[in-house]
Amino acid sequence: MKLTKILTGATLALGLATTAMAQDKTKVGFVYVGPVGDGGWTYEHNKGRLAVEEAFGDKVETTFVENVPEGADAERVITQMALQGADLIFTTSFGYMDPTINVAAKFPDVKFEHATGYKQADNVSIYSARFYEGRAVQGHIAGQMTKTNTIGYIASFPIPEVIRGINSAYIHAKEVNPDVEFKIIWAYTWFDPAKEADAATALIEQGADVILQHTDSTAPQAAAQTAGNVVTFGQASDMSEYAPFPRVSSIIDDWAPYYIARTQAVMDGTWESVSTWDGIGAGMVGIGEFSDAIPADVAASAMALKESLADGSYHAFTGPLNKQDGSAWLAEGETAADYGDGGLAGMNFYLEGIEGSIPQ
Amino acid sequence: MDLSAINPVLLIASLMVAATPLLLAGIGELVVEKSGVLNLGVEGMMIVGAICGFAISVESGSPFVGLIAAMVGGAVLSLLFAFLTQYALANQVASGLALTLFGLGLSALMGQSYVGIKPPAMAKLDIPVLSDIPVLGPILFSHDPVLYVGIAIVAATWAFLKFSRAGLILRAVGESHDAAHALGYNVILVRCLAIMFGGACAGLGGAYISLIRVPQWTEGMTAGIGWIALALVVFASWKPWRVLLGAYLFGGISVLQLNLQAAGVAIPVEYLAMSPYLITILVLVIMSADKSSAPASLGRSFHASQ
Repeated sequence: MKLTKILTGATLALGLATTAMAQDKTKVGFVYVGPVGDGGWTYEHNKGRLAVEEAFGDKVETTFVENVPEGADAERVITQMALQGADLIFTTSFGYMDPTINVAAKFPDVKFEHATGYKQADNVSIYSARFYEGRAVQGHIAGQMTKTNTIGYIASFPIPEVIRGINSAYIHAKEVNPDVEFKIIWAYTWFDPAKEADAATALIEQGADVILQHTDSTAPQAAAQTAGNVVTFGQASDMSEYAPFPRVSSIIDDWAPYYIARTQAVMDGTWESVSTWDGIGAGMVGIGEFSDAIPADVAASAMALKESLADGSYHAFTGPLNKQDGSAWLAEGETAADYGDGGLAGMNFYLEGIEGSIPQ
Repeated sequence: MDLSAINPVLLIASLMVAATPLLLAGIGELVVEKSGVLNLGVEGMMIVGAICGFAISVESGSPFVGLIAAMVGGAVLSLLFAFLTQYALANQVASGLALTLFGLGLSALMGQSYVGIKPPAMAKLDIPVLSDIPVLGPILFSHDPVLYVGIAIVAATWAFLKFSRAGLILRAVGESHDAAHALGYNVILVRCLAIMFGGACAGLGGAYISLIRVPQWTEGMTAGIGWIALALVVFASWKPWRVLLGAYLFGGISVLQLNLQAAGVAIPVEYLAMSPYLITILVLVIMSADKSSAPASLGRSFHASQ
């Protein structure tokens, strides 16, 4: 009898203690579109989460849910996180945009951060990285490394972020190689290794000897390696296990500084809804090490391009540039605006020279 | 638009590769369902097979040992399902769904130290003379051995179900387990064996993805093929050759639509993306107009006392 009483007391005390501790901690939730082991997009977001844990130690508690489909399921998962007392929730895929806005309206005291979208609210910040700057460097290298003048591009969904990447890679490849041609496959998935491998194989069989990917797994790298003479670039993460060949460079997303800063802001009570869009200069987009497979002169000019993008002396979209139908988009020397009509945030057109049409 | 960029020989060769995981998982599930058991855990068994095969072939350096390990892995996981549904008489639908969720989680756990590793390569069959025949050589005679094993399993399953006494017993158990029991057959044993066969085939199909088609390990890499296999068995009206046809149709159109996109064909991509599902279902539904129906005891639990 006594023992039971003691145990009950102990449990009660423990319960109170944990509740008290939980209140001191800042709870940060993350919603992921793929598994944390995808080696690409979600892997890097999760590295950002781990960096938050490391930076704040006991003062922060992070949770995450992986493999969350974009759409109604996402709304359920985000709601659940908010109900469980999260103070700050990062939703890390474009398709979580409307679910995030919907849930945010129901939880005005919870702070939300949505990646790569364009809908902001009082308690919803948006953040993205200027991946197209990295695509410019990729295109510059790819245009000079292709021998068949055919570059394959595995696109995911027809959203502005992906279209910007295609356009940026194309104009910079075209600049160094006027004969270059892009073959584009829309995979309609962020993560499906088998499908990504099939897409890469189809492109290779049709003569592409450089594969650019905007999907999250390393499967296209493996397909290129099997083919033997095909160049690839790491996407979202360094994918250095495929270096020095086929992976010759990469675009790396570095979310850690942003995640740490935003968590700090919630702790300090200084959090405000903002729109962040950083590129190579601010360190949110990293360019993975150039491998020896890239000829020295190409590597040098690519490095110069990267530097000019980083210090702002060059904009990846600088006129004269025409849209696919031949109508003018940017005049000589004009650079693309971020927002507004014809702005980068809502880019929904190909540039002149790209064949095919964007799925509507 | 440049259709000449598509090489039909390479296309057919790669559609056979794309279809094989689906074919293996489908034929395994067909035998399970023929015995009267509905196992919705195909996806889970595939992904566990994928990581078992991957891990063991990396550790042992031999893709063949890995493939055997994948079959064992899938079969062991299916034993869990067999225990739940055949001895504990749990609901088959719920147990199957649980098996998929469990398999996905277990494989992620097992695979943590295998992300980013390259598996030993499986040599393609290279038969002198035969592989060099133009057109037919690349299509028929220069694949990895598992692809042929897949076709052989379909043929063997067909012959087993149609001609052998054991196949007749299996079908009897699936049609009416009470009658089969009254005739003195061990219903539970037959079903357990069928479930294990299904698990082994699903495991092999999973390992085909992680070792040959992709080849690498990433979490969740089967990405729903197990579910397509389940649907395929139904649309193929539980007939082995139709499973083969359906798998090749599905794999073929999946690969073809990617090729058409790359060649810049002016069909909206959304139609291309849905075409594998649509065409496979259409063809198989039209073919199953001959009223062939599901095994009568499908999904029902059996206990000798009832």
